[in-house]
Amino acid sequence: MGLLLMVVGTVHAELVIDVQGVAKPAPVAIVPFGWEGEAPDMPLDVARVITDDLQRSGRFAPIGEEKMLQKPTDGADVDFQDWSFVGAEAVVVGKVIQEGENAYTLQFQLFDVFGRRQLVGYRMPASRGTMRSAAHRAADMIYEKLTGIKGVFGTKVAYVTAKREGQGRLYSLIVSDQDGFNEHTIMESADPIMSPAWSPDSRQLAYVSFEGDKSSIFVQTLRTGNRFSVSSKPGINGAPSFSPDGRKLVVTLGGVDGNLDIYVLDINSRRTTRLTTHRAIDTEGAWSPDGRYIYFTSDRSGGPQIYRVSAEGGSPERVTFEGSYNARPRLSPDGKRLAMVHNDQGNFRIAVMSLERKDLLVLSSGRQDESPSFAPNSDILIYATRQGRDGVLETVSADGLIRQKMASRAGGDVREPVWSPFPRF
Amino acid sequence: MMSYFKLFALAAIAFLLAGCPKNTIPDPDPTDTTYPGDAGDATTSGADGGMYGDGEFMDDPSAGELTMVIYFDFDSSEVRAADQDIVARHAMQLGGGGKVRLEGHADERGSREYNIGLGERRAQAVRQMLLIQGVSADQISTVSFGEERPVGFGSTEADYAQNRRVEFKYSN
Repeated sequence: MGLLLMVVGTVHAELVIDVQGVAKPAPVAIVPFGWEGEAPDMPLDVARVITDDLQRSGRFAPIGEEKMLQKPTDGADVDFQDWSFVGAEAVVVGKVIQEGENAYTLQFQLFDVFGRRQLVGYRMPASRGTMRSAAHRAADMIYEKLTGIKGVFGTKVAYVTAKREGQGRLYSLIVSDQDGFNEHTIMESADPIMSPAWSPDSRQLAYVSFEGDKSSIFVQTLRTGNRFSVSSKPGINGAPSFSPDGRKLVVTLGGVDGNLDIYVLDINSRRTTRLTTHRAIDTEGAWSPDGRYIYFTSDRSGGPQIYRVSAEGGSPERVTFEGSYNARPRLSPDGKRLAMVHNDQGNFRIAVMSLERKDLLVLSSGRQDESPSFAPNSDILIYATRQGRDGVLETVSADGLIRQKMASRAGGDVREPVWSPFPRF
Repeated sequence: MMSYFKLFALAAIAFLLAGCPKNTIPDPDPTDTTYPGDAGDATTSGADGGMYGDGEFMDDPSAGELTMVIYFDFDSSEVRAADQDIVARHAMQLGGGGKVRLEGHADERGSREYNIGLGERRAQAVRQMLLIQGVSADQISTVSFGEERPVGFGSTEADYAQNRRVEFKYSN
């Protein structure tokens, strides 16, 4: 039956939430979805998934089912007076319709209660296997209509876990939905795994593995599980990060003499081009989204600071000056901000710097926070923090106002989260 | 500045309290109370002790066993003066052939890939000392595990002091 766009939201929503002042999350109602099918229950509680997504964003306060005066499943039955009475600013209704043995239609409509009008309505095909991601897409559309910011509920996160096993440890590279569901271990090893990085089409991950007690950089295709080594030179092979066109990696190579420098590695030919030659530690390269610069950590001034160099080569220029320790640069996908690990009075915390204004904003409050990674909408970051002896994941809005723990089902010491790009349909 | 001095002092005290871990080869079997100098017939064991009562004999620090790990100060890759003899003895050992892999490590503070760099810097400091003392470059390889393979799993200064290290791993 294909995709049918029921109503296009031509007018911009009035419910745009003031990002600077999210003291009070907006009350919204997600009515339990209707079910038209043979089995007693629908394959997935779609309203639950949408409710959890919106709640977790910190910008919305979903209204409890027990407070709802009506539970319509079709937009025509929505009574705006009822919803106004319970204080909902927006209401979502929808249903799941079975079309075949493993074929369903998920439809939803979002209404502005004050304006008494539909903001968006959408109907999409789904199977049992894709129902959850369809629900996340619905949440993304709702979020974007209400906030003006693209939702990231349909994206994924990759991270590394380490679990103690007898005398040794078991390291796992895991990919999951951004809400922690659908965890898949894509690589497991008794030797450390480090520095996962997404390809721009989100089909591959590059990472460092210490199999055989030496470091190598691998690129692995997620769908097939096939992987190939792209760099296994003597000494350090580390810190891979994809170029915006996905054809190159910026990597750190140390060589026999252990002088860490930044190189660009062409994935097909495996040819490397050296970008820095300083005898200091140069590492943790990251491409700017426009492909023009590579940002990296260097301790050439004494302690680690962030520098950038033209992707074509040239002399590096220093970018950070505030504080004695700034490392692990990551650019926001819109190119406006730089995230880093910053020593804040003895604590290692996540900070972002506006590249235009150069002001530094500390976003986290732990003592050993690390590995910041921007969501593809540039509005949220994920990073690792400590809870007791183990690492756990947290997200924070780029303005620092909303901080959330990310539930991980993996257990163990969780570290090095990296947020995927937007999925491509 | 003052706080840094305090930090060092704390680290030093914590390290002493934690005690130096045993890192000699062959790893002495803690249940074996054979006195190294004896022919092996004068053994004692068990809680009833021998002629000296409960206890066990200690390793002779000059007994010719190589120390397989050395430790570094915070943010430093300088081999401590007291450890330079240890490196010299490894140089002598390697003079008779064999290969060594120097494994550099860092404590958990700060960024992971930068810590790989710090661990490598420590391994390279030891490598340079070995090269100067005549060990051939092809006998030595280095690897840095950064903060990925801690010995101390906590987040105290004592854990950090144990984790800032270079380990000597021999192969033939």
